[in-house]
Amino acid sequence: MAGAIWAVTETGSRAAGAGLKAVSNEVIACGQALAEALGKELEAVVVGAGVRPAAEETAARRVNAVRLVDDPKLDPYTPDAFTAAIKQAVDAERPDLILFPHTYQVRDWAPRLAAELDAGFISDVVGHRVEDGRPVFVRQPYQGKLNADCVFTDEGSHLASLQAGAYLADDAAAGNDPAEILLQTVDLSGVEIRTEVMETFQEVEDKIDLSRADVIVAVGRGIGKQDKIGVVEALAAALGGQLAASRPVCDNEWLPMDRQIGSSGQTVSPKLYVAVGISGAIQHLVGMKNSGTIVAINKDANAPIFAVSDYGIVGDLFEIVPALTARVKEAKGA
Amino acid sequence: MKIAVCIKQVPERDARLRIAEGGARIADEEIGGAAVEINESDQYALEAGLRLAESQGGEVVVLCLGPARAEEAIRRALAMGAARAVHLNDPAFQDGDAAATARALAAAIESEGPDLVLTGLQSDDAGWAQTGVIVAARLGWPSATLIMEIEIEDGKVKVKRELESGWFQWIRLPLPAVLTIQSGINTIRYATLKGIMGAKKKEVRKLGPADLGLSGDQVGASGRQVEVTRLYVPEKTKGAEMIDGDAPTAAARLVERLQKEAKVL
Repeated sequence: MAGAIWAVTETGSRAAGAGLKAVSNEVIACGQALAEALGKELEAVVVGAGVRPAAEETAARRVNAVRLVDDPKLDPYTPDAFTAAIKQAVDAERPDLILFPHTYQVRDWAPRLAAELDAGFISDVVGHRVEDGRPVFVRQPYQGKLNADCVFTDEGSHLASLQAGAYLADDAAAGNDPAEILLQTVDLSGVEIRTEVMETFQEVEDKIDLSRADVIVAVGRGIGKQDKIGVVEALAAALGGQLAASRPVCDNEWLPMDRQIGSSGQTVSPKLYVAVGISGAIQHLVGMKNSGTIVAINKDANAPIFAVSDYGIVGDLFEIVPALTARVKEAKGA
Repeated sequence: MKIAVCIKQVPERDARLRIAEGGARIADEEIGGAAVEINESDQYALEAGLRLAESQGGEVVVLCLGPARAEEAIRRALAMGAARAVHLNDPAFQDGDAAATARALAAAIESEGPDLVLTGLQSDDAGWAQTGVIVAARLGWPSATLIMEIEIEDGKVKVKRELESGWFQWIRLPLPAVLTIQSGINTIRYATLKGIMGAKKKEVRKLGPADLGLSGDQVGASGRQVEVTRLYVPEKTKGAEMIDGDAPTAAARLVERLQKEAKVL
């Protein structure tokens, strides 16, 4: 309905079962909080082909309605079809605010929707508050070093995307009764889909499964050069752990891609995670923040990695890591 | 083949940032001089563009929206091998959101008429991850994001898109198109001395809103739909216990805590 808040969910491809992705509940959790604070209705939006089961799952949450946008042209995902479908729905229903998860897929099509709607889009949001009856969204620009309060300055249906993990899926309250599922009719017959989807695949070589490691020592950009990695490798060996890396190290081919921790690599939760020379961009944090004990060694006292760590040492890693390796060997030998 | 590459000059990762008076932006004098670089994924986009121009024949035109100091980033791109550049340098362009910046870039790209536009997936400063896709929407062109491989086919481009959790997808798009490039797609070249010398003679067109057929209120702060009202250092919520001392002392203190408190050693 006009003036509502929409929580746009995300599902897997039809080939993969079209199941609701966990981030969808994070968006619903944020939507519930905002709807309550602003006195607005919350409607979940499920978009895809053959996604009625996902709509039924969503309807169990405390939402005023679920809008089901289901069309064969929406599978496989293409930015042209998704943009056209939701644009039609927005034009028909005029929601005030459209919330998305800040997934790779949303980054591929939501900016296009914002442009077609000529609407403001606050992306990669980590929190919000309400001031004077309007939402203020908080983002973390400058690699997470600073917070920025952001507001919309235009009128219309605004967009905001939420960083993974910023809201808790478990906070998405269940409803007393299943919400009504409204079939949102869209006509995609005239939509030209320019993307030809060919093949979806996983690059499997002899991939190391870091998720089984009890101890991981991860090295980041701060190492500076490939030939210095031995310093960190020695610590990993002393701790009996696996050597891992943040993305820039793998991009530079200092370590193979299968050692990468983060949103484009592996997700791990070892008992002990030691981050060496890793500043802690969100793309890395999502892959390791659930580790048991986290140690960070970094020269920048303001590095975001310290915010998720249990112990931190600020200083030159080339002094600290060898000292730590020696001390660990001593402790283990005793 | 004509390839346009959009680059942005951003503070270096280690740069100390000072919030300007008013509290809504970074003090520009603090990010002048040495503490700036070409946005990392834009560097990868530039390298990808140069490789395509070399293998397909053609040229790379660099586009950059930014203040006068951004000329340093432009000269570096020219030194790496771009043929010429367009610098959207006008006070009216300042402090735009992704939509206002994309509006200006799209108008400049339209006047160049390239076959392919490349840019980074997001900037290391604002990090909206929107600009490239909005440029495509404004031009009415198809787009694809997080690209890890590019193959030119007859009038089309075949690209490898990165999905989440180690998955990838091959897709094909008709040209002209806009691609946003993921870091790590290639190995970035260094500018040679010859390249640096040659760059000084290359053409840099400076354009303002009027040159693009835009009014001042369509771009920059006047054209934005999202406003940053306050910029501040985040409060530390959890935060680590910081361990002091010289390296051997800090190492000993840490090992003791890992043994006795965390019990992981």
